[in-house]
Amino acid sequence: MIHFVLLISRQGKVRLTKWYSPYSQKERSKVIRELSGIVLNRGPKLCNFVEWRGHRVVYRRYAGLYFCMCIDEADNELEVLDIIHHFVEILDRYFGSVCELDLIFNFHKAYYILDEVLIAGEFQESSKRTIIRLLSTHDSMVEMAKEEATSIGNMIAQVTK
Amino acid sequence: MNPFSSGTRLRDMIRAIRACKTAAEERAVVRKECAAIRAAINENDQDYRHRNLAKLMFIHMLGYPTHFGQMECLKLIASPGFPEKRIGYLGLMLLLDERQEVLMLVTNSVKQDLNHTNQYIVGLALCALGNICSAEMARDLAPEVERLLQFRDPNIRKKAALCSIRIIKKVPDLAENFINPVAALLKEKHHGVLITGIQLCTDLCKVSPEALEYFRKKCTDGLVRTLRDLVNSPYAPEYDIAGITDPFLHIRLLKLLRVLGQGDADASDAMNDILAQVATKTESNKNAGNAILYECVETIMSIEDNGGLRVLAINILGRFLSNRDNNIRYVALNMLMRAITVDAQAVQRHRATILECVKDSDASIRKRALELVYLLVNESNVKPLTKELVDYLEVSDQDFKGDLTAKICSIIEKFSPEKIWYIDQMLKVLTEAGNFVKDEVWHALVVVISNASDLHGYTVRALFRALQTTAEQESLVRVAVWCIGEYGDLLVNNAGMLNVEDPITVTESDAVDVVESAIKRHASDLTTKSMALIALLKLSSRFPSCSGRIKDIVVQHKGSLVLELQQRSLEFNSIIEKHQNIRSALVERMPVLDEASFGGRRASSLPNTVSTSNGTAVKLPNGVAKSSAAPLVDLLDLSDDVPAPSSSGGDFLQDLLGVDLAPATQSGTSQAPKAGTDVLLDLLSIGSNPAQDNSVSTPDILSSAQDHKPAIASLDVLAAPSNMMDLLDGFAPAPPKPANNGPAYPSIVAFESSSLRLTFNFSKQPGNPQTTTISGTFTNLSSNVFTDFVFQAAVPKFLQLHLDPASGNSLPASGNGTITQSLKVTNSQHGKKPLVMRLRIAYKVDGKDVLEEGQINNFPRDL
Repeated sequence: MIHFVLLISRQGKVRLTKWYSPYSQKERSKVIRELSGIVLNRGPKLCNFVEWRGHRVVYRRYAGLYFCMCIDEADNELEVLDIIHHFVEILDRYFGSVCELDLIFNFHKAYYILDEVLIAGEFQESSKRTIIRLLSTHDSMVEMAKEEATSIGNMIAQVTK
Repeated sequence: MNPFSSGTRLRDMIRAIRACKTAAEERAVVRKECAAIRAAINENDQDYRHRNLAKLMFIHMLGYPTHFGQMECLKLIASPGFPEKRIGYLGLMLLLDERQEVLMLVTNSVKQDLNHTNQYIVGLALCALGNICSAEMARDLAPEVERLLQFRDPNIRKKAALCSIRIIKKVPDLAENFINPVAALLKEKHHGVLITGIQLCTDLCKVSPEALEYFRKKCTDGLVRTLRDLVNSPYAPEYDIAGITDPFLHIRLLKLLRVLGQGDADASDAMNDILAQVATKTESNKNAGNAILYECVETIMSIEDNGGLRVLAINILGRFLSNRDNNIRYVALNMLMRAITVDAQAVQRHRATILECVKDSDASIRKRALELVYLLVNESNVKPLTKELVDYLEVSDQDFKGDLTAKICSIIEKFSPEKIWYIDQMLKVLTEAGNFVKDEVWHALVVVISNASDLHGYTVRALFRALQTTAEQESLVRVAVWCIGEYGDLLVNNAGMLNVEDPITVTESDAVDVVESAIKRHASDLTTKSMALIALLKLSSRFPSCSGRIKDIVVQHKGSLVLELQQRSLEFNSIIEKHQNIRSALVERMPVLDEASFGGRRASSLPNTVSTSNGTAVKLPNGVAKSSAAPLVDLLDLSDDVPAPSSSGGDFLQDLLGVDLAPATQSGTSQAPKAGTDVLLDLLSIGSNPAQDNSVSTPDILSSAQDHKPAIASLDVLAAPSNMMDLLDGFAPAPPKPANNGPAYPSIVAFESSSLRLTFNFSKQPGNPQTTTISGTFTNLSSNVFTDFVFQAAVPKFLQLHLDPASGNSLPASGNGTITQSLKVTNSQHGKKPLVMRLRIAYKVDGKDVLEEGQINNFPRDL
């Protein structure tokens, strides 16, 4: 299973963390510090796998962001590389040519997307089309709810004026 | 505007934080925002709860504490609308983890949401549950999730499947409930449901053997068919990655087939064809294809043997190994380690490539390759492999050298075909990376050298030459100094020349020069200097002409601030000056250190730190602690009253003490040594004579040995008195002592410490096998009188204990008197369980209370 997902920028800023195994807050910051040090210092030509504390961390760099996933020794590392790429492609399709700023200002949406790709540290859906469709349904429901709220608000504002 | 909003939208807050130039500025902004949010929470603000939680989550990601927001999540989850629930669940997953009690409060809301009419809300609840539920929540909500496995919408089914995985991991007992629903899931067509269903099935099989049996019987064929359809399916743009339809599903299927086929011949047969097809047809130019091939190879290696498939698999690995891509090579090395157990021959064929990988620039690959090489070494290829590794040692990185050295030394030790090769290789390693060589390794080298008597001359000359070129490596200097000290005469006389050697002229003063420079070297540590001093003493006897010069060198350390050096210097100086008559006897050639027992001791001793302390643990009666360089070697050096060491190698320890212990049988050193207590066992060298009548020195040794708690503690894994008891009893695990009363049951020493001994004598009434009468005798081993002596004992439930009053409560010193106390023990599990007792002894010494506790495990079995 995937124990956690970590997105860090080249400067070591954390853009997204998702934990599927129990780690206390203190442990989480420790893990982030350690891994940032290791991953950010790896040379470009080296392989994408780092052995760390009995687990394996698979990482891949996209522009200025490192996408890291920590897996068990028994898992298939090459597949996890594909899972990371799957996630990135969906982000790209959703945001339309995604960049780091999109992930900063819309971090909650990034989390929603991740929740459609992984649950409980396991892979959920291999069809990008299905995921995008689901996400747009969610978004339209949010839109609808907002419109209802403002329209009711308007009505009440009118009445109480 | 609402007075409870902090006024900033999420976007603005993020912008403000990003604009901060210093950490202090950022903290100020965050503090302001948190204050506003806290105010809003206190006022129970409804409208901006959504936005406030989003801000809180961002602040949490920056690393600030945000627990005041946890209840907000609960309130949002309880709200009716979809947007609120969505952000509420996200906040829940972000700000809480399963260990928090607050999580329990959300169970009810989640349960309602799982039954919601809006399927997207059901999805939200399943997602949150799957990510962070605790064991109690899992138990509560499992029936709901089970029901949802058959929901009409496939997206819900797939989320329910993954949620179930977490549930069975948290509560394995519930696994059986999921077997039937999962069987249905495996027949689905929707890829998402199939992937998650297969993953659930795999985890079920891991958790529950019944599930494994069920799925193996019922579902293997279906799964094989699914995989075949998938492999043969036409192009499907929705699932296509790099020309392969849904590689994720491929891999999950292969994984499940592995779990089902492992250990079962029929299942393995059923999948042979499809595995062959996948292995041959999958394209391997993209990562997706390689991932599938990797999984396929793993599966082939794990299921029951099919020769053809295995060959196919190893070929794939061979191809991977020569791939330019580092990832592929890493993965191949990993798999090859598994493959060795299956087919070592095939892996040997790739030895050259693997050796290349040891020299790779990537640290991860180097490590894997080194481990793999270590597994590949056998008698036939050890020489070329070692040569390659040692050559590489010269150019390797510093951080890698440690690992590499350790592995090389292991290989050399395990597989060396002949002594001269061993010595050669070890010298090379020491020259190159002596500082990385662990102590026990060069100790072993010294032992081997001392055993190879025909190679003494060769060795010492080689070491001399090596020292001329590099004097930087500490271990090399130590070994060299020891050898020169021992075999200096062979060095000078060129004795025992082998054909392969070049002649070398070394004068006596050259030899002394070398040792002197070892002492003078600034970087030499205490051990090296101590060894050098001893070597000088030996040389002063072997080279009488240099005796005066050596004396001058030794005397220089008379005022050393380090006690060890000062002591040695003074004592050696006095030997050289005044005791020339015994000097030569003192430093005669070292008797051969017994390789077998040393090897056995090493093999069974505890980790590194212990083996050096094994040396220090052996105390001389005068209690001098030697930081022994070579173990046991220095023992002979300091005791003035040691007669010429006898030539029977194994008993040199006995001679060392100069004490006439009870006739030690050779069993001392030739018996398979027990873990850890060996050195002391040999030291005591006791046969089967009763410990009670030990010669005087042994309690001293015990007590002085006890003074060094770390040594003892590390030697005995439990520093329990019962282990002490083993020492006294000799080597056999349960040695019977000559029983004092009751011919059937030997008496035991139940408890022994540095100041107190308790012996038990047993007897039974003829018609009453369950009851044993024990007569306990306390002896005071110290020189102080014990007063207010109280003995207490406790036994487990199946035993009954009755204590009679003791004969007295004052125990005279130094064994001048004893206290006796009688106990009766009834064993309701007589014959099934042996007696066990915990004891506690309290007494006063000079008005101070002393408490000793222990456990008696060594009752005779049939009591």
